[in-house]
Amino acid sequence: MLPIVLLSVFGIINLFLGFMRSNRALLPFALVVLALVFGVNLLDWNHAGSITGLFDSPYVAQMLTVDNYSVAFSGIVLLTTLVLLPFSRSYVAAGEPNLAEYYSLLLFSLVGAIMMVSYNHLIMLFVGIEILSISMYCLAGSDKRNVRSNEAALKYFLQGAFATGILLFGIALVYGATGTFQLNELAAAIATPANASLQSMLYVGVLMMVIGIGFKVSAAPFHFWTPDVYEGTPTFFTAFMSTVVKTAGFAAFLKLLLVALPGASAVWLPTIVAMAVLTLLLGNVGAAVQTSAKRMLAYSSVSHAGYLLLGLIAGRGQLSGPAAQAIFFYSLAYSVATVAAFGVLKLVSDQRQREDYAGLAGLARTNPLLAFVMTVAMLSLGGIPLTGGFFGKFFIFTAVVAQGYIWLVVFAVLMSMVGIYYYLKPVIAMYMRPAEPGNEAPIVVDGFQSATLVLLAIMTLVLGILPGFLSGLL
Amino acid sequence: MLTAFLVFFPLAAALLLHFAKGSAARALALGASFLELAVAVFAAFAFVRNGPAGFDLNLNWIPSAGINFHLGIDGLSLCLVLLTTVLVPIILATAFRHEEYENPGAFYALVLFMQTGLLGVFTAMDAFVFYFFWEVALIPIYFLAGAWSRHERRIQITFKFFLYTIIGSLFMLAGFVYLYLQTSPMAGSLAAHSSDIQAIYAAGKQLAASEQSWLFWLIFAAFAVKMPIFPFHTWQPDTYTESPAPATMLLSGIMLKMGIYGCLRWLLPVVPLGVSQWQQLVMVLAIIGIIYGAIIAIRQRDMKRLIAYSSLSHVGLMIAGVFSLKAIGLQGAVVQMLAHGVNVVGMFLVADAIERRTGTRDLADLGGLTRRTPLLSVCFLVMLLSTVALPLTGGFVGEFLLLAGVYEFNMWAGAIAGLTIIFSAVYLLSMYQRAMLGPDSAYSDTITDLTGAELGMFVPLIVLVFWLGLFPGTFLHLSEPTISSILTAVGR
Repeated sequence: MLPIVLLSVFGIINLFLGFMRSNRALLPFALVVLALVFGVNLLDWNHAGSITGLFDSPYVAQMLTVDNYSVAFSGIVLLTTLVLLPFSRSYVAAGEPNLAEYYSLLLFSLVGAIMMVSYNHLIMLFVGIEILSISMYCLAGSDKRNVRSNEAALKYFLQGAFATGILLFGIALVYGATGTFQLNELAAAIATPANASLQSMLYVGVLMMVIGIGFKVSAAPFHFWTPDVYEGTPTFFTAFMSTVVKTAGFAAFLKLLLVALPGASAVWLPTIVAMAVLTLLLGNVGAAVQTSAKRMLAYSSVSHAGYLLLGLIAGRGQLSGPAAQAIFFYSLAYSVATVAAFGVLKLVSDQRQREDYAGLAGLARTNPLLAFVMTVAMLSLGGIPLTGGFFGKFFIFTAVVAQGYIWLVVFAVLMSMVGIYYYLKPVIAMYMRPAEPGNEAPIVVDGFQSATLVLLAIMTLVLGILPGFLSGLL
Repeated sequence: MLTAFLVFFPLAAALLLHFAKGSAARALALGASFLELAVAVFAAFAFVRNGPAGFDLNLNWIPSAGINFHLGIDGLSLCLVLLTTVLVPIILATAFRHEEYENPGAFYALVLFMQTGLLGVFTAMDAFVFYFFWEVALIPIYFLAGAWSRHERRIQITFKFFLYTIIGSLFMLAGFVYLYLQTSPMAGSLAAHSSDIQAIYAAGKQLAASEQSWLFWLIFAAFAVKMPIFPFHTWQPDTYTESPAPATMLLSGIMLKMGIYGCLRWLLPVVPLGVSQWQQLVMVLAIIGIIYGAIIAIRQRDMKRLIAYSSLSHVGLMIAGVFSLKAIGLQGAVVQMLAHGVNVVGMFLVADAIERRTGTRDLADLGGLTRRTPLLSVCFLVMLLSTVALPLTGGFVGEFLLLAGVYEFNMWAGAIAGLTIIFSAVYLLSMYQRAMLGPDSAYSDTITDLTGAELGMFVPLIVLVFWLGLFPGTFLHLSEPTISSILTAVGR
């Protein structure tokens, strides 16, 4: 509970800091706030909210539950934002007038994300998704004078609003069929239906909820907005979108399916299987044909949604089972690698003004550090050992095979071979192609950003070498 | 403890290299590889005295999944550990000869990093540790082969190599995951399964023949690409030819052995029924590879490409020996792994020495070099004769045992496989003749002989050639217990 309160309060304070026109103070302030909230969040580990639950009343507890599951996923989104923030320094340097608003929106969106991972009530899920989404609509369009950014915001908003409508409709139908918003009451009501004639209403409702959340996590066939929105959005916010939004979305998804809807798996299981297959196929094939690194990362984020959907299939039983475990590890490894990749891409594109593979050419010579970090990130996203991405995929695949879906894992393995093909392209550009004319100058990176990149690379490698200390956590 | 040092010391040295420049980097890299060699030799003596027990390292890695970081050294592992640690200093020294390499410190660091991966593969006693190091070894060699090559098609060539090998490896991983899910946990473990080698062996053994049949191909895919066996070899000639000399040596001298070692340790005992089902098909492919590689080698003009195809042909014989499932064939494979590692590195060293002096590897442009280069000629000839399997050399012992194994399996297979010796005499002697003898070429009068340092690189190789040829028992004794336990597991 306390993290939500702290983020909201400091978000508002941050807005007031903006009035003082002191851009320099904003970044350190936001970093300190996030570090603080991250620490406070961890206090609840194994204490089920009793430490920071200062404002907990039975009424609140019905809406939000703090348990190890929510603490773990809140930890990922907070940590991701914390390591992402240093890459906003170019805004500080450029004297961006709206910087305070950006940071505040990020903090507010984290409130939404934390609600999404700790909800116990469908209304809280909806409110969480909306808080997160509305902040993201604004941030997608934050580059006001850029047509692409405007287009991204409009596209994201229109399609997002539509999907929200479907989600809400689904929630309403489920409520109509069961008479409750509470997750565990919902599970009980589905297990022993009071009125069998409402069964089809329930199933339609479940399906609409799956579609609504599927849109938010960019699962095919509801992913069409993703490449355009990701490409048009300023890179810094794209990184946030593809990590925090996705992690929170999948944590919410898994909780919904595992806690509230195990009785309706006859409806959602085949749907998710079909979505996973489509997502893996369209994401990977789409990424393979791109020439822009940023657009490739957008499609790659679709493909990772596919692997995470596989994790949902493995989700039977408790929130502490192998599925939750696998999704937790995967989200963490994916977030860290994605922040690193977008971080490098942002630094390169800020200076070279291009986001395609050719813009990365020669980076190994001019900036060995950036090239190394990008390589580690690409290997991790591709799922090659020594990096966290490998164990993420490994845990997911093992959990899915254990459920008997061998053909699905074979398909996913084939798709990850396609993945290796396109993740190698930036590496080839950096190490084996000479810089384009005019791009020979090294990228200017300040020490703080370098340190963050090194930290991200180390985190990826530690996840890949010593996965044991996190793999048994949930 | 010794095992952990052997595996991770090169990595530590590679990281340290980041802080060294110029000649300090060379001294550090070479010093580290010599220290590694010394420790390996010490380990070998300790092994002979005390047996394999002291080398077992079994730590919790991912306790929730029952995956342990399990390394160990038995006689088979030790042979390959020794091969790796002997060859790496020579490979590094080859890299020192190439002044034109940009950022040489990173090159040496990657070679040492590669050594960690290779030694990890040869000592892993857990399926996932094995897979982990298997992939770890791929990353440095990809950069070594690609980033320092000057060939204009290097990107496509190394890309093909990378994709081929990783696709093979992913199949192997899928096979291991399937086996892993059939295992029962080790005693005292909380996890539901275990990926320890003994657990995998036990799980594989109780599978039905039909399951073992497709599992065989999943696991064999990785080894088949790595060795490579016909028809999975198409990445090999280009990669061998266009990579920088040290990378080619790593690929052909050591990395290729990963595939054969993998068959011995992680295929034959794991899916014995699958092996006997596909034994004949693999034999046929191996023998096709022998003939195919040899015939193409005869027609090559590029020295490196010729050696690459010759290697393809010799690997075919090793695979045939392994899949003969006869003790003598498997033992031959062990000796030949060592002999081939030494021979092929020696041959590429010769090709590199000639290319650095003349700027070409094209046999049509060479000729009459021997007049000014007596030392090079002698070294060339020794390496060549060992590759041709002349008695007294390591190549002879290896190929003789291999052929005996194949002959025991099937007389006709043995007869056809035996052509490898005749063929290799044809193309290798003709290579020697065209490069070193024959009419004078533009380089005959200007070429310089081996320097002292270069000779120093050849001496250990030559010593090993004769050691393996005269006293193969040293290594046969080491690997014998492992080989017989593998054969027991296969049921022969």
